[in-house]
Amino acid sequence: MNQQQTLWQFMQQQSDKLLTQTLEHIGLTFISLLLAIAVGVPLGIFISRRRSFAGSILGVAGVLQTIPSIALLGFMIPMLGIGAKPAIAALLIYALLPVIRNTYTGITGVDPSIKEAAQAMGMSKSDILRKVELPLAMPVILAGIRTAAVINVGVATLASFIAAGGLGEFIFGGISLNNSNMILAGAIPAALLAILFDVSLARVQKLNVKKLAAASKALVVIFILLAGFYLAPAAYGSKLLAGFTPEFMGRQDGDLGLKEKYGLKIRTLVISDAVMYKAAYQKRLDVISGYSTDGRLKAFNLVTLQDDRAIFPPYYAAPLVSDNALKKFPLLEQTLNLLSGHINDSVMTELNYRTDYLHETPEKVARDFLVKEGLFRPSRQGNDGTVRIGSKIFGEQYILAEMYRMLIEGNTNYAVSTKTGLGGTKICFDALTNNQIDFYPEYTGTGLLVMLQPDQQTLNSLGSNRDKTYNYVKSEFYEKYRLHWLKPIGFNNSYALMMRQQQAAALHIKTISDLKRFLDNK
Amino acid sequence: MISVQNISKHYGPVKAVDGVSFEVAEGETVALLGTSGCGKTTTLKMINRLIEPTAGELFIDGKNVKDQPAELLRRSIGYVLQNTGLFPHYTIEENIGVVPSLLKWDKQKTRQRTLELLEKLHLPQDVLKQYPSQLSGGQQQRVGLARALVADAPVLLMDEPFGALDNITRTKIQEEFKQLDELKRKTIIMVTHDVQEAFTLADRICLMHKGKIVQIGTPQQLLFHPAIDFVKQFLEGQRLQLELASVKVTDLWDNFSDQPGEDAESETADITIWEAFRLFTNGRTSVTFSRANERKKIDFSALMLAFQQYQEQQTA
Repeated sequence: MNQQQTLWQFMQQQSDKLLTQTLEHIGLTFISLLLAIAVGVPLGIFISRRRSFAGSILGVAGVLQTIPSIALLGFMIPMLGIGAKPAIAALLIYALLPVIRNTYTGITGVDPSIKEAAQAMGMSKSDILRKVELPLAMPVILAGIRTAAVINVGVATLASFIAAGGLGEFIFGGISLNNSNMILAGAIPAALLAILFDVSLARVQKLNVKKLAAASKALVVIFILLAGFYLAPAAYGSKLLAGFTPEFMGRQDGDLGLKEKYGLKIRTLVISDAVMYKAAYQKRLDVISGYSTDGRLKAFNLVTLQDDRAIFPPYYAAPLVSDNALKKFPLLEQTLNLLSGHINDSVMTELNYRTDYLHETPEKVARDFLVKEGLFRPSRQGNDGTVRIGSKIFGEQYILAEMYRMLIEGNTNYAVSTKTGLGGTKICFDALTNNQIDFYPEYTGTGLLVMLQPDQQTLNSLGSNRDKTYNYVKSEFYEKYRLHWLKPIGFNNSYALMMRQQQAAALHIKTISDLKRFLDNK
Repeated sequence: MISVQNISKHYGPVKAVDGVSFEVAEGETVALLGTSGCGKTTTLKMINRLIEPTAGELFIDGKNVKDQPAELLRRSIGYVLQNTGLFPHYTIEENIGVVPSLLKWDKQKTRQRTLELLEKLHLPQDVLKQYPSQLSGGQQQRVGLARALVADAPVLLMDEPFGALDNITRTKIQEEFKQLDELKRKTIIMVTHDVQEAFTLADRICLMHKGKIVQIGTPQQLLFHPAIDFVKQFLEGQRLQLELASVKVTDLWDNFSDQPGEDAESETADITIWEAFRLFTNGRTSVTFSRANERKKIDFSALMLAFQQYQEQQTA
């Protein structure tokens, strides 16, 4: 009962999005269905005339049908990019076989004596097709269209993988956030749509042949209208289009916070972060959720919007060091602090850009930077104990780990071993507390939200204040885990909303509040 | 009216029809008779070009059928199929109106002609709004006939027209068919495997076997002057009935002894012996037949005796 209620609440709370997704879902299903009819029915007619082609054409359609849907969507991206086009193309391919096959079966199944009578009375070939074969084959053709419609409702859920929208956004967002209400809010309407289309097409199919002719024409019009639903959210939504990752969609310091604190209403696509930045660059998306120091920010000429109401907690990076290590290596703290203040957001973005986008090694990037800043000293090849550095499994952490290695080797007699690529936060943190590494770079926001998980009141009191958050994390960590946060390096790698530089400038949008004002100002 | 000149249809090495020629006079009914696979249906379908011949020429009214588009040719030839071939999605009225609509008749004319045919074919008017599946087999066949007749084409082709009907319905429709004035002035070619039907309905019979014509002639010619043994064997099983159904009372006229008829009422002698049998029911022992100005009173045994003599004369 409780589950039921919260599902209902969720659906109410997200009713905007639910409506948008449902409309998109219906639109996707019917655009592709219409295309499948436009392609499949003539093909079916063709192979009913030239039977020798029937085997090969049905064979090809059959093979296409067996390609796993996700793989098919994957094939489509290089050819058609992301968004509606590849999704519609993939759905079209799935809908094709039932339409072609049933058209073929329907037409070849018309009683030959009826066709002969039509011919003998002097009907032309096109007369026979229009007045005799198609009307008599219509129930079978409709059965094919019905099958295709139901298949498409199912496959269209996968369209959300490539930012084509639909109810898959909830389903797959729910899966990645482990939010069963979200999954159900997508899955239940999808199932209902499938049942609805199936039942209503079954009704049409059972009409007598006479009414069918009229009904088929009406159906085409209805299909076109339904296909138009795909465009509806665009009109209904807003001037700008956002693309957020499934995770961002479900986080308090994400889409939920944007809605709650800013009241931001923007038409939103769910998209994987692998293609998100590029899509923004290619003007398919206007606003995206990203990490503020991501290298692609520079690569694609994007700017972050100022979080003027502080929904994204600060994620300042600083070395997190065990108490043991500080005692064992007296020079460690001052060495690590050498980096403090040298790297701001844009510098970090630049460095990330070089590894992520230009594919330079983290080692080269780290060395070049230290040389430029005058911090680099050649390794002293010391052997006064070994400092073990950990890092999480992404580029920025690799670069930081390399810098720390060079600083330690150049400024002290300690030797260094790096244990990079320790997966996520949890693994690094456990390695540190279990004395398997001596330190790793961590972010204040992560320490706050993932490890400490304070109550809402505390969170509110900290807000987005960098120093308050740092001081709170620093003291709590020492008390709870005997771990030290050294001086922040200087950059803040938090969630951020981003836009193309040019567009943001043209629209005078600098903060998220500016964005909201622009959107509301219709 | 129709001239078939040495037509053949080959499917690879199979000679479905092999050098067939015959003529059909205006107003004549010719039956193409034979077993399954003898080529009779193929021959029929070559006339309205449902099948194009491999070789040979076909003329209707002196015009080569190839000289006009097949669709236009077919609109001027009525066609009746074995299992009616009615469009299941059309009402009876629409089914009958197919050819008129192709010929772009106005609706009033089509309607009038349809009603006229319904009456002649003994169909109630309320079938017009019904669909073929709602009609009995006999009614469907009548509608099929109406559809072929509606445009009043001078030539009518019939492919096993009564083949799908039960015996009683078939006999009844065949009877009506013979009486129908519409058909009396038409040139008709019909395909049948039913010897009885061919003998009852046709003026001349064209017996086919293995793609060739074995014999073409009147029923009597086939019965009493078979060209080869095959013809004799083909008809043997139903010989007596066929003879009774094809020989007419007038044919026996000279074999009757002169017994001038006295009855005021007389029956025409232009009926078959089989039909004459029916006059001898209800205790009637003799019937007066009339031919031209002559009248003869004949009892049943005299009729049979004359028939026997006729048979002997014919085969002698």
